[in-house]
Amino acid sequence: MKALTLSALLLASPALAGGERVITLGGSVTEIAVALGAQDRLVARDTTSNFPPEIEALPDVGYIRALSAEGVLSLDPDLIVAEGDAGPQQAVDVLKAAGAPFVLVPEDPTPQGIADKITAVAAALDMPEAGAALAAQVQDGLAAAEARAAAVTDRKRVLFILSLQGGRIMAGGEGTEAEGIIRLAGGENAATGFQGYKQIADEAVLTAAPDLILMMAREGDLSIADADILAHPALAETPAARNGALVRMEGMLLLGFGPRTPEAARALYDALYGQAGG
Amino acid sequence: MVALSPVAHGLARPDPRRVTLLLALGTLLLALLSLGTGAAGLGPTELLSALTGEGLDRRAQVILWDIRLPRLALGLMVGAALAVSGALMQGLFRNPLADPGIVGVGAGAGLGAVLAIVLGGLLPAGVAAFVGAHLVPLAAFLGGWVATLLLYRVATRGGRTSVATMLLAGIALGALAGALTGILVYLADDRQLRDLTFWGMGSLAGASWPRIGASLPLILPVLVLSPLLARGLNALALGEAQAAHMGIAVERVKRFAILGVAAAAGAAVAVAGGIGFVGIVVPHLLRLLGGPDHRHILPQAALLGGGLLVGADMIARSLVAPAELPIGIVTACLGAPVFLWILLRRKGGMGL
Repeated sequence: MKALTLSALLLASPALAGGERVITLGGSVTEIAVALGAQDRLVARDTTSNFPPEIEALPDVGYIRALSAEGVLSLDPDLIVAEGDAGPQQAVDVLKAAGAPFVLVPEDPTPQGIADKITAVAAALDMPEAGAALAAQVQDGLAAAEARAAAVTDRKRVLFILSLQGGRIMAGGEGTEAEGIIRLAGGENAATGFQGYKQIADEAVLTAAPDLILMMAREGDLSIADADILAHPALAETPAARNGALVRMEGMLLLGFGPRTPEAARALYDALYGQAGG
Repeated sequence: MVALSPVAHGLARPDPRRVTLLLALGTLLLALLSLGTGAAGLGPTELLSALTGEGLDRRAQVILWDIRLPRLALGLMVGAALAVSGALMQGLFRNPLADPGIVGVGAGAGLGAVLAIVLGGLLPAGVAAFVGAHLVPLAAFLGGWVATLLLYRVATRGGRTSVATMLLAGIALGALAGALTGILVYLADDRQLRDLTFWGMGSLAGASWPRIGASLPLILPVLVLSPLLARGLNALALGEAQAAHMGIAVERVKRFAILGVAAAAGAAVAVAGGIGFVGIVVPHLLRLLGGPDHRHILPQAALLGGGLLVGADMIARSLVAPAELPIGIVTACLGAPVFLWILLRRKGGMGL
């Protein structure tokens, strides 16, 4: 009995300092908190937090840029950890005034940025060791991905398609997270000459001549069958369609730039160059 | 004036003073109800003890003084401003479809807000730090104001303002603003797209005392002084020439009504985003209830508009708690069917 109480105390003590009722705002912050093992301390999340799927059982305080101060306070948090773009400013000000510590985590989609984010979330949760371990693990994974990517001699071209609604192709251009992950996997972004996610013309798709088409996996009726994509008039003429090279990955895994990014880079690399590379 | 009074129409209509009193009581009741409702579950009894200044912890104090009270005040102000602006515009244009949007406030403010959301990051750091979170409201207000002044100038020739020209020019300007907004939407990234979508659906979530302080000087004078235009608007219902023969300074009535709407509706849209339906429906409801006399409609619109928005905000805050719905969705979802029902129930046409 005594031993049981003692072990319970030991288990509970590290959690006390960093908050017992934690709200994480922002998909990547929630994902990091769960990866650090703090899932039991979370009492709510925002709409963008959807990984791991179990987290969706928690109350949803709304979209991270349109928070309701009273809604967040109603869950009685003793710690709020949020991505840097949480808002509106007035709601954030009120939350800060209400007493519970409000930690803003910096946003930077680079390997160093991911590590910094993990460290910041771990510090807020008072789990520095777990944070250091996870950050090191992710940095190793990213370094391995970069080394793999650097060793590629004949770079394959990848076209990221955000959506294919009504046959119109919304592609990921320069400076997007999609381009970031394609580079990290040793590929080359086939959609160039524009910034952000934009609709591109059919002819531009033919000129881009991608070797692989990358998409986000969606559940339910929103998803389009592979056959339909490869039968699209412009896409059908690309090398990717001829080889049936179509990869789908869960959105947060692919574009989230969080702890699972090395995993995403690895999967995309394997799809591009086969298992032989590593 | 006699020809316009309800009694002359021979219709049984409630005493306007009694209607005003009932609206005031209803709005007060809604306000108290709204103050005692919220996701945090702080009920009326706790709040009563808070108002007497005892027995509330820090969290409850923040919820009362920094969340619910500013929201209530902002809801009353914005609702009143939109409804009174709608009544002024419908009176001025003698058109039941007129609302603040008709003088370019909606399109101009929308363009201003989208400009700020999409291109706000390009501002020099010093300026950005100075305006901070107020950039979007500021830009929305300036956009609405500039659009209105532009329309007013276009429609004014030789000291006379043509409301018909203003209406048509307003449509052209709206299309232009829509196209420019479209270009900016095309340039926007994902986060900005979500931001501007949410802006367009309106919200009172940005309520704070400084923001109320900034918009009150624009809204309150219009609410208080608008009844002075009532006689002029009543006369205008007969036509401009007739109104002039009755000794109404027609051009002055037009100028004050337009500038008043630009100030009140511009400020309302700036702080709360795009909240539709209040401006167009509230004056109609009041006309159906008590007749077309602007001397009663204008103060009643302020009460009913404020009450409606406070009620809608209460629903927006509680329906999906702990998250909240954009208030524009609530006003349209509830307002449109009720309005249709009233229209269908009435036999014959609209007595405008």
